Amino acid sequence: MTTETAEVVVSTEPPFESFGTRVWENLKGGNLGSLPVVVGLTIIVIVFSLTAQNFFTAVNFNNIITQMAGTTMLAYGVVFVLLLGEIDLSIAYLSGIAGLVAAELQQPDSGHFLPGIWPIVFALAAAVAIGAFQGSFVAIIGVPAFVVTLAGLLAWQGVIQVGIGAGGPIIIQNRWINYTESYFFSNGAGWLIAGLLSVAYVGGTAASVINQRRHGVTIRYPYFVAAKAVAIPATAFLAVAICNHDRGVPLAGLEIIAFLLFWTFVARRTTFGRHVYAVGGNAEAARRAGISVPRIRILVFMISGLMAGVGGILLAANVRSVAPSQGGGTLLLDAISAAVIGGTSLFGGRGTVRSAVLGAAVISTISNGLFIFAFQPGVIFITTGCILLFAVTLDTLARRRQAKTGR
Amino acid sequence: MPDETPLLELRDITKSFGSVQALTDVDFDVHRGEVSALVGDNGAGKSTLIKVIAGIHAADSGQILFEGEEVHISGPKDAVHLGIEVVYQDLALCDNLDVVQNMYLGREAHDVLQRLKEPVMERRTAETLKSLRVTTIRSIRQAVATLSGGQRQSVAVARAVMWNSKLVILDEPTAALGVAQTEQVLELVKRLAEQGLAVILISHNLHDIFAVADRITVLRLGRNAGIFERTKTTQNEVVHAITAGQPTKVSGVAPSEGVTA
Repeated sequence: MTTETAEVVVSTEPPFESFGTRVWENLKGGNLGSLPVVVGLTIIVIVFSLTAQNFFTAVNFNNIITQMAGTTMLAYGVVFVLLLGEIDLSIAYLSGIAGLVAAELQQPDSGHFLPGIWPIVFALAAAVAIGAFQGSFVAIIGVPAFVVTLAGLLAWQGVIQVGIGAGGPIIIQNRWINYTESYFFSNGAGWLIAGLLSVAYVGGTAASVINQRRHGVTIRYPYFVAAKAVAIPATAFLAVAICNHDRGVPLAGLEIIAFLLFWTFVARRTTFGRHVYAVGGNAEAARRAGISVPRIRILVFMISGLMAGVGGILLAANVRSVAPSQGGGTLLLDAISAAVIGGTSLFGGRGTVRSAVLGAAVISTISNGLFIFAFQPGVIFITTGCILLFAVTLDTLARRRQAKTGR
Repeated sequence: MPDETPLLELRDITKSFGSVQALTDVDFDVHRGEVSALVGDNGAGKSTLIKVIAGIHAADSGQILFEGEEVHISGPKDAVHLGIEVVYQDLALCDNLDVVQNMYLGREAHDVLQRLKEPVMERRTAETLKSLRVTTIRSIRQAVATLSGGQRQSVAVARAVMWNSKLVILDEPTAALGVAQTEQVLELVKRLAEQGLAVILISHNLHDIFAVADRITVLRLGRNAGIFERTKTTQNEVVHAITAGQPTKVSGVAPSEGVTA
């Protein structure tokens, strides 16, 4: 138990606290945030760049982005499910279902041909509906999510196999689907994108600063805000410069960023996002505060379904076909590992949307680098497994630390 | 002042659960600007009585008057609507959220697009804490998990008073706290009354009760066993009422000893 030694006055203006102090306080309090994964990713990149011949190239930069896109989409959904303290094991085969629906509907002579973007729309709708279906078992009846989605894992795998049948892989010719993974912007368009993103970011920061000032709320860490307003546009232009050195900015990369921004907004800036954190932190407290816990749970499983669907489209586009094994392999574990390695807690209530990107980047970079070294897949699995164990251990230690400093 | 209409008047409240008579003809008055303590041994009916007030249980019979008018509290929402807030013993805060987020939990300020109005919430939280002189919290943006027990209790109480509430019910607010933190919370309880709120304090700790309460209502075996003014009584007198008090109000048949557990 701690006793209050000094009384520090709380005024409407919070006391000054430097950014460094906050980081240190967070570390002491067991709130590691994105720090370990950013450090880890940097080390991985440096090691591979120094040792592997063709690693640190523009071509490989684009390769990693397109390879990680599908997993990242699934991981976005995983973040929300983990924030609730639940799990969704069905997402990988659910992504296969979305791929299958899209592939079926774009078959020209199948009798149920749909043109243009419609196969994607229907595939995503199916994935959301399945997410809602599974989520209602969890939220309304109270069946553990592990079991519901384990049943989903088995059943949807079966549906994919039955659905494709003996005919072999369904080839995808729909350009809308294939472009999600294989379209590259021209150099000019790439610069334009970097410019627009930068303007939007700096403009958004300025608007929020002005809003805070207007309400008499002090800006915490003004130097940090300013540094970010410089660093993020700089990073955007640097990334575009690298991409343009190769085929240009991949659409897949833009999709990663678009969903990152959207889901970060939902998680941090809306009442729904706030309620997701609340339910994950203390469901009973959330219920007593008047939050409809079942509603939040179902919506989160719908998000999980939607993002599995989006990832499924990208993964199908990656190979331009849907095979009976779609959604199999290590996809499920990669997606969950990505969120956890990125720093989202398995115990609910703590985590960020960006952890999905960071974790997926770690996993994809490792598998990409080891692949260049011509290691067997086995070595890649062993490495990823070790990193996952390390990440979860870190999270568990952080939690214990937090329980100690609290009260 | 004591002679004005009480904010809340309970008249002849009776409640039974099956064959167990939890409350029998209980009267309870709560005044604005006063701390009304509700004391009694385990099973005396304290919890049942506050649950009747908070709308969790409906009374079998009896009258509830709020601001002099008869009301029917048939659910927690009715109670909140009247301006009655309960701070539960186990707090009901989300450890992973910060102070501002907890203060506004479930009632976030937002615009039509459901976007949170953080500056508004932050400013009002700071103002509320300042008005209650809750001064030991270093940053209202720190997670509740990092707060001490007393600070957490203060946040829970501040949350209850922020919503234009008229009556705040505190269920054993100092049960899990050390000496210094108990003082901190008792100071806060006094301040609520000073601000004109009516406070119901439930506690086992007579020291706490005598430190802050204006009026002490004793329940024993589900019946009134005495109402004392703090300044005109002693701890011994109250202890006697809790452990061996005779029903102060007899309606109809005289009670037989030890009917209920």
